Amino acid sequence: MRPSRYRGAGLLAVVVCAGCGGSDQSTLDPASRASSKIATLWWIMFAAGVVVVSVVSLLVLLVLLRRREKGVGRWMPGTAFVAVLGFGIPLAVLVGLFALTLSTIPATSPARATTSAPNALTVDVTGRQWFWDVEYPAAGVRTANEIHIPVGEPVELRARTADVIHSVWIPRLNRKIDMIPGRTNTLTLEANRAGDFRGQCAEFCGLQHAHMAFWVVAEPRARFERWLAAQARPAHVPSPGSETRGQQVLLGSACVYCHRIAGTNATGEVGPDLTHVASRRTLAAATIPNTRGYLAGWILDPQHVKPGNKMPATDLDGGQLQDLLDYLESLR
Amino acid sequence: MTVAELERVEQLERSWAEAPGFLSWLTTVDHKRIGVRYLVTAFVFFLIGGAEAALMRAQLARPDSDLVSPGTYDQLFSMHGVTMIFLFATPMLFGFGNYLVPLQIGARDMAFPRLNALSYWVFVGAGVFLYSGLALGNAPNAGWFNYVPLSESSFSSGPNIDFYGLGLMFLGIATTAGAVNFIVTILKLRAPGMSIDRIPIFCWALLATSFSVVFAIPSLTAACGMLELERLYGFHFFDVSGGGQPLLWQHLFWIFGHPDVYIIFLPAVGIVGSIVPVFSRRSLVAYPWVVLSTVLIGMLGFGVWVHHMFAVGLPQVSLAFIAAASMTIAIPSGIQVFAWLATMLGGTPFVTTSFLYVLGFLVVFVIGGITGVMFASVPFDQQTTDSYFVVAHFHYVLVGGAVFPMIAGLYYWFPKITGRLLDERIGKASFWLVFVGFNVTFFPMHIAGLLGMPRRVYTYPSDMGWGIYNLISSLGAVVLTLGVLAVGVNVVLTLVRGRGAGSDPWGGNTLEWTVPSPPPPYNFAVIPVVTGRDPAWDAAARERDHSRLQGGGELVLAEGHETVSTSPLAGDLEGPIEMPGESWWPLALATSLALVFVGIISALHPVTIAGCLLVAVSIVGWNWPRRPAE
Repeated sequence: MRPSRYRGAGLLAVVVCAGCGGSDQSTLDPASRASSKIATLWWIMFAAGVVVVSVVSLLVLLVLLRRREKGVGRWMPGTAFVAVLGFGIPLAVLVGLFALTLSTIPATSPARATTSAPNALTVDVTGRQWFWDVEYPAAGVRTANEIHIPVGEPVELRARTADVIHSVWIPRLNRKIDMIPGRTNTLTLEANRAGDFRGQCAEFCGLQHAHMAFWVVAEPRARFERWLAAQARPAHVPSPGSETRGQQVLLGSACVYCHRIAGTNATGEVGPDLTHVASRRTLAAATIPNTRGYLAGWILDPQHVKPGNKMPATDLDGGQLQDLLDYLESLR
Repeated sequence: MTVAELERVEQLERSWAEAPGFLSWLTTVDHKRIGVRYLVTAFVFFLIGGAEAALMRAQLARPDSDLVSPGTYDQLFSMHGVTMIFLFATPMLFGFGNYLVPLQIGARDMAFPRLNALSYWVFVGAGVFLYSGLALGNAPNAGWFNYVPLSESSFSSGPNIDFYGLGLMFLGIATTAGAVNFIVTILKLRAPGMSIDRIPIFCWALLATSFSVVFAIPSLTAACGMLELERLYGFHFFDVSGGGQPLLWQHLFWIFGHPDVYIIFLPAVGIVGSIVPVFSRRSLVAYPWVVLSTVLIGMLGFGVWVHHMFAVGLPQVSLAFIAAASMTIAIPSGIQVFAWLATMLGGTPFVTTSFLYVLGFLVVFVIGGITGVMFASVPFDQQTTDSYFVVAHFHYVLVGGAVFPMIAGLYYWFPKITGRLLDERIGKASFWLVFVGFNVTFFPMHIAGLLGMPRRVYTYPSDMGWGIYNLISSLGAVVLTLGVLAVGVNVVLTLVRGRGAGSDPWGGNTLEWTVPSPPPPYNFAVIPVVTGRDPAWDAAARERDHSRLQGGGELVLAEGHETVSTSPLAGDLEGPIEMPGESWWPLALATSLALVFVGIISALHPVTIAGCLLVAVSIVGWNWPRRPAE
């Protein structure tokens, strides 16, 4: 059993590495300077940890070997052994680790964005049970569960909550930051490559904590600006026919109390903004894909998809549902 | 046996005997009976908490599972944490302490035997109170650290959280009373000659733990009190709309919560410190260093609470300070680990099941300690806190650092408690099941956490790459469960047909091994006089004790229901003290307290008022002066 521990440690490193590219939320597959620094910190600590565990395991192994050994004149470790190994090793390791920690903190610190780029883009993200409200104050854009950022530029994320404590965590881009009632915390996002990075709530926030995710889309500046401009436009005006009928279904139902569609009577603040809902990739805080079938299922029985969430089921006949779907799908 | 000796022992038997039958079961103040009761009750809670964990592992074994509903899952993980921390770990260690402290220091009971009985009854009452929430389908559901505002009435309108808030205030009475009892017992009731530098390492650990309890519990009680005032009576301590601060809860909770980790860990390392010298056939190396490390860990535990709050957005400077303080704890821990290793390496170890669990503890605890140091590194903590990495870490520390030593302690002291030796073959098989099962269950959680899996999610999508690690964890949990059950089976089999143990099967170094197994109600026929750090290995001193029993009868104290008190530092004899006997008042007071809390949670004010009156009556009755015996 004991010798296999060392093989186990090597195997472990392989297994951990194998996971590097396997997850959209892997801390070991960084896509930013901040997350890279943290990943480097981890690998250094991991290596030191393997050494320490090996030393202790070796000594334990030695105990098991020594038990049969009898006789005088054998090695009798005493207080000096305890002082050197028990005091010396931790002290040396900790001094090094503390220096490493202090040198890593600035890379993950929120102050960086504002000092290095005073005109940095700001995104306001507000956690709600159980989705993410996203605003670009300068552009007057409001969306949900999808944050677009330009590649290679620091973006200041201002984290707030409308209800309980949440924690915004995009492992591949930076450490997490909690959303505390009455406070505004900031986090810097600076993707060093284009891509989609999944984020998720990290602080337990109630029944649907498990389904409170979102996507960060890092894209070149030009594409980002096109996206932002599209999001800033008022909602699509429904064309006559099913889209118009669908809008009437929506405006005539309870939807308007919770959802907002810019330029209509739907001005609710409780649920995600639907002005450009069709442009988004997912629904229900990155729980289901944004396709017609999933959207229909969600509208008819949201409690099946996300039990406990705040959206009630909507009672529609087949025609009304198809009209509503046509309208929602037109909100690009 | 001389006639004088026989007469004295018979006299002791008479004055220390408790009434037979069921009634004495309710009125006993014998620390050994109370200790066993603590151990058994805590083990029952361990099985319940384990069953909750098993359900969670079943749910998480595959992605998008709907075995349990989100609401049930939230209650499961909340009750699992509350149970394991509050109703299993601390009471289990207090059980060991209750049974062993008087025996290790040469006393005949705890300093306050009735308070001791009260601690147990209140613990049981609080446990039942907390679990009545689950029985009603309204168990606490905001996690064991119960963050506001999620736990405030605006987001949690049922009584769920009230079971938590009131239950923990109730339980705090038991824990605090127990700690005070340990402190006074260890400082005042030691055998003559047991100066402060000769206190057994397990008793040192309980002393340090008890001081931590006395300073930490008030913070938890205050937090729960504020929460209940807010929930039940509309106060505003934490809600922003009323000018409150949600972070206040976190500070108050973790000022209790971090020391609580050491409250659990220190007695467990005390168990390790007791076992290592005996199975190594060598006195503990660097005893003063180990003692100072124990005390230091207890103290440092109060300076590091903010490392549970690295991600809440506090100023950088305070984070760096707390990071340094948190890392410092690795130094006394390192000293302890290497003191045990030095003792074992320099001795002639013989490997029993108990010793195997100690070796397993060393490896597992060092891994947990290393990941603990990683969490002191602020950016890494901010990345991985609230992920499965932290779940892996604290199970390595708490299962590796506390449960392994508890099982080691069970195998070590079971012969003392019952007079029978646990089966070594089942024992060793169970060790490998527990050791392998534990690592297979919890090691993959490190990886799941690094891959971004948050904790406290009732399910996860299939395309995140977390499925395989969760499946391995769940399979490991099966093996771990088998290992724990094997421990239970061994206990039952041994009680039925176990081998007799004699008074000292291991060649122990502390005083409990100098008395019969199980020990008589008065523990020691003659109060021993201690002349060294390993009194049971000191044959000459034990011979002198025995000749006092046979000869003049000094320190036999056969005339009364007595033990001796000594000075706190030097352990100089101060004189005999009268010990109280059986009493109904502890049970009466605990029941009255339970009425108060039941009245509050059910909003039945007459019940609350009646409970308060009964509390007053019980305290008066308890302290009613009695005529000294003629």
